[in-house]
Amino acid sequence: MKINSKAAPVSFRNVTKVYGKDVVAVDDINLEIEAGKLVTLLGPSGCGKTTTLRMIAGLEMATKGAIFIGDRDVTLLPATDRDVSMVFQSYALFPHMSVMENVSYGLGFSGFDKSETRDRARQGLELVGLKGYGGRLPSELSGGQQQRVAVARALVLEPQVLLFDEPLSNLDAKLRRQVREDIREIQQNLGLTVVYVTHDQEEALAVSDEIVVMRNAGIAQIGSPRDLYDAPADRFVADFIGEANIIPCEITSVDGDKATIDIAGFHHSLPARGLPVGAAQLAVRPTRLVLGATEGLPMEVKKATYVGSRMEYTLTAPFATLFAVSEDVDTPLDVGATVTVGLARIGPVLLAAG
Amino acid sequence: MRQLTSERTTHPVLIFWIIVGWAGFLLLPWYGIEDFFTFEWLIDGYPFDEDYAPAGFLIAQGEKLWLAPLIIPLVLSLFALGKPKTHPAFSRFLILAGALGFGWLIIQGFAIGIRGFNADWLRALFGDLDDRQFGMGYGALICAASFLFLFTQGIAARGAINGDVFVVSSIGGIVVIVTAFVFFPIAKMLTAAFITEDGGYSAEVFASKFFDDRLWGLGCLSGARCGVAWNSLFLAVLVGLITTVLGLIFALVVTRSGFRHKRALRALTVLPIITPPFVIGLALILLFGLSGSVTVFFADVIGIQPTRWLYGLPGVLIAQTLAFTPIAFLVLIGVVEGVSPSMEEAAQTLRASKWQVFKTISLPLMRPGLANAFLLGFIESMADFGNPLVLGGNFDVLSTEIFFAIVGAQYDQGKAAVLAMVLLCFTLGAFYAQRFWLGKKSYTTVSGKGDSGVHPQMPRALSIPVLALAMLWAVFTMVVYAMIFYGSVVELWGVNNTLTFKHYVTAFSFRIEEAGIRWSGAAWDSFWTTLKIAATAAPLTAIVGLITAYLLTRQTFAGKNAFEFGTMLSFAIPGTVIGVSYILAFNVPPIEITGTGIILVVSFIFRNMPVGVRAGIASMSQLDKSLDESSLTLGANSWQTFRRIILPLLRPAILAALVYSFVRAMTAISAVIFLVSAEYDMATSYIIGRVENNDYGLAIAYSTTLIFVMLAAVGAMQLIVGRTEIGRRMSQSRTNV
Ligand SMILES: Nc1ncnc2c1ncn2[C@@H]1O[C@H](COP(=O)(O)OP(=O)(O)OP(=O)(O)O)[C@@H](O)[C@H]1O
Ligand SMILES: [Mg+2]
Repeated sequence: MKINSKAAPVSFRNVTKVYGKDVVAVDDINLEIEAGKLVTLLGPSGCGKTTTLRMIAGLEMATKGAIFIGDRDVTLLPATDRDVSMVFQSYALFPHMSVMENVSYGLGFSGFDKSETRDRARQGLELVGLKGYGGRLPSELSGGQQQRVAVARALVLEPQVLLFDEPLSNLDAKLRRQVREDIREIQQNLGLTVVYVTHDQEEALAVSDEIVVMRNAGIAQIGSPRDLYDAPADRFVADFIGEANIIPCEITSVDGDKATIDIAGFHHSLPARGLPVGAAQLAVRPTRLVLGATEGLPMEVKKATYVGSRMEYTLTAPFATLFAVSEDVDTPLDVGATVTVGLARIGPVLLAAG
Repeated sequence: MRQLTSERTTHPVLIFWIIVGWAGFLLLPWYGIEDFFTFEWLIDGYPFDEDYAPAGFLIAQGEKLWLAPLIIPLVLSLFALGKPKTHPAFSRFLILAGALGFGWLIIQGFAIGIRGFNADWLRALFGDLDDRQFGMGYGALICAASFLFLFTQGIAARGAINGDVFVVSSIGGIVVIVTAFVFFPIAKMLTAAFITEDGGYSAEVFASKFFDDRLWGLGCLSGARCGVAWNSLFLAVLVGLITTVLGLIFALVVTRSGFRHKRALRALTVLPIITPPFVIGLALILLFGLSGSVTVFFADVIGIQPTRWLYGLPGVLIAQTLAFTPIAFLVLIGVVEGVSPSMEEAAQTLRASKWQVFKTISLPLMRPGLANAFLLGFIESMADFGNPLVLGGNFDVLSTEIFFAIVGAQYDQGKAAVLAMVLLCFTLGAFYAQRFWLGKKSYTTVSGKGDSGVHPQMPRALSIPVLALAMLWAVFTMVVYAMIFYGSVVELWGVNNTLTFKHYVTAFSFRIEEAGIRWSGAAWDSFWTTLKIAATAAPLTAIVGLITAYLLTRQTFAGKNAFEFGTMLSFAIPGTVIGVSYILAFNVPPIEITGTGIILVVSFIFRNMPVGVRAGIASMSQLDKSLDESSLTLGANSWQTFRRIILPLLRPAILAALVYSFVRAMTAISAVIFLVSAEYDMATSYIIGRVENNDYGLAIAYSTTLIFVMLAAVGAMQLIVGRTEIGRRMSQSRTNV
């Protein structure tokens, strides 16, 4: 016997959620989540991530629109009737039950007999590396172990969709990395559909098949980590996913899908992304700035910080302040020196002025 | 794959209630039989005898034909079978069947009574009815329940509260019983406030009674006497404050001090709860009355002139404080324990000193408990009538005024009703003030994360006065109880102080004969009745109270505020009023239970339910909601969540509700005195009868016995309910009630 996946897609069709009379937490969103994919909801605090997740679970009911899991319309189904499990930020382990009882809890309602329930629960614990901890109470586990119990408890039900609401926010950085890799590995091995809420962009980039960036109750952009990182749709996304330097520029000419831009007299050509001639913005990741290039913008080194694996620089010029990193830690630039800053061949993207 | 309740076509719950409905109609005696718990009817003419026949047999014999329309809804309900919940016909049939059936039951119940039609216009319309009917019995009750729950299942299938059958049915059930046993009798009682002597209605009568100077006079500001309303209010505020402070002190000593004899202290604080109310009053008289031991001692030794200082506000205040502090303690202990140690530990690590932690974290987190404790003390004091009766002297309060308005020579129901309304306004005012004070803050402290840590000890500056006060109070309580016990073993208090057991013998003697044990003592009858009724009422009270608390803290539904108001209302009404209104409302069909044991059980349930509700709310608001939610997403429905997650985590609250309602049922007097009958005499009313005959010895001996019996019962209950292990670390004090 093995824990299998009944992974199913999730689909939001024009879903709106209004709390009380006028708090619009989610505003008319459309979202397709493929079966077997790990999708993160990412965005600043209060943008509606938790609300979206709770609507999938059936803990909140959509005010408008329809929600589908698989090909079933679940819009009106309560949580009990949805084949969805959720791992809570606070874990919500039942304090009066042992670890084993916690993990078996949901199985008891799914029509498994006693011995099968026990086998599955044991297997779930094994899967998260907690074999032999079944007899303990939740209060006798460390934070990371509690978190894994919560995951096991949700996993053993083989849900169509598994939901995580900031599951790692209570863990330390090292454990966070490990647990997130564990979650990703289990998800891929079992082929689960997972919806994952976080506001840590690094976490999102590391684990996701697809990232949904939310802003003000709506969706700002949906795409793979690479799409979002290399081709953010707008300044908000560029800023939110990774760090980006935003440099005002002027598009002087567009030729097919190539544009030529001008920044304080420096000329560069790159994909136009449909933008017309005129004012625009250039988004450049810190790693995509070439320090000491033959061609580029002369800038002054304002600050230089050694962080072990690389150097971090703050550069200034009248038109912008930029943040750059360099792999070259052996011959660092001096503060106050002037350096020519070039743009990498790929990486910098044009955004509409705004 | 999870089974979807919305698609199943067999619904065990529905089938159950349909069968119940038919059984009530076809199998069980429709009308009430004299004694609810006897089964003589089975061999005495059932099923054809008119008194014992089920409705189906009555109709078949051509009698009580107005019951025949009930067949329609019973048949209608069958059409819902075999359909999925989402099918529109499913909910339509159920709602129709439930509404028709329940509605018709009520209409015919109120229209036709023991003298045929109840109203003149009905008689004019349909002519005289040569038949009559009595109160509802097993059959009628069970049918009514069936119709009600068919209706709620229909509503749930419509999508109300996410289609949650358990929640909708609980709301429906509680609304119906509260309406029937709180609003209906009170409404009947209050209409009495407007009834003139010749039976008409008049607002003038009401006004003249309401603005009476005896009620609102402010004479005490200028040396004369104040109105009873002010007396009651002043007393209740004092009692509420003092009991809350004392309750908090005891809770702190038990949970957060190094004090060794916590268990003893705990037991001691529970003593007054298990004491019939007037007994404390009697003991105070024995101690501090004109010829009381302490008074006499001081008169002899120091030469202080004995005075009647006890009779009036001081005596009542002391007695009520003694009596109600334990209630505050029971409420506060749960809350004080519930404050998550990690919050206190967090504060400590934020450089707060022990005292600052206590002031800024522990105390604010106890706010809901403090507010609840005050409210309970306030209301209890308002409603208490035993102590003011014994110790009040010239200090009249509302509850005694009501009692004399009804029992005394005046027999003025209208006046009693007006006084009751004033009382109600005060208690409801306190209720809203409390909600205002608590505001919307969240006091959740038991989070879903396994919580470890230890409650810090009280700061030293606090612990010394707290311990001292607790000790002082404990000693005082012990003295009072020693007096009670001593009083039960002397010939005649103050006159002949020879020791004797004769009072116990008179009350509780028994002989072992060949035929078995013969209970020859005078008190046995009322004793067994009391035990039986208290044991029936306690679990019912706890169930109703906790379900209500669950609905109030965990569900949102239209009319929730009205719902809360309704469930708390009965607590704000003094027992005397409950007693009288029950007699007025329930000695005629459709609910005809005066003189039975049921009326006692019912009155206890609705008098004591609010305590269960409060205790439940206080503890439930400390359980993180994500626990319920995660249970729901794991496939449990709301009933399973309630049973497997919430109930086990609420054991302290359950225990409090059980103990409290059991004990209150055994010691209550104010409502009981109106509701007892020759057959169902309760211990307290028997004792009051002895007191009236100046048979103090027997009265005190009986009371002492009751105290010991209740002690045993409380201990047993504690063993049964046990303690939920939620794994705080070892040095946490074991704190059982
Ligand atoms: N029960 C509620 N009643 C009223 N408003 C609410 C409720 N729950 C959430 N909101 C509001 O809805 C909006 C979205 O909340 P949500 O919890 O979905 O945010 P979030 O994206 O999860 O934020 P965070 O990252 O801080 O957890 C917020 O503005 C919040 O104030
Ligand atoms: Mg959130």
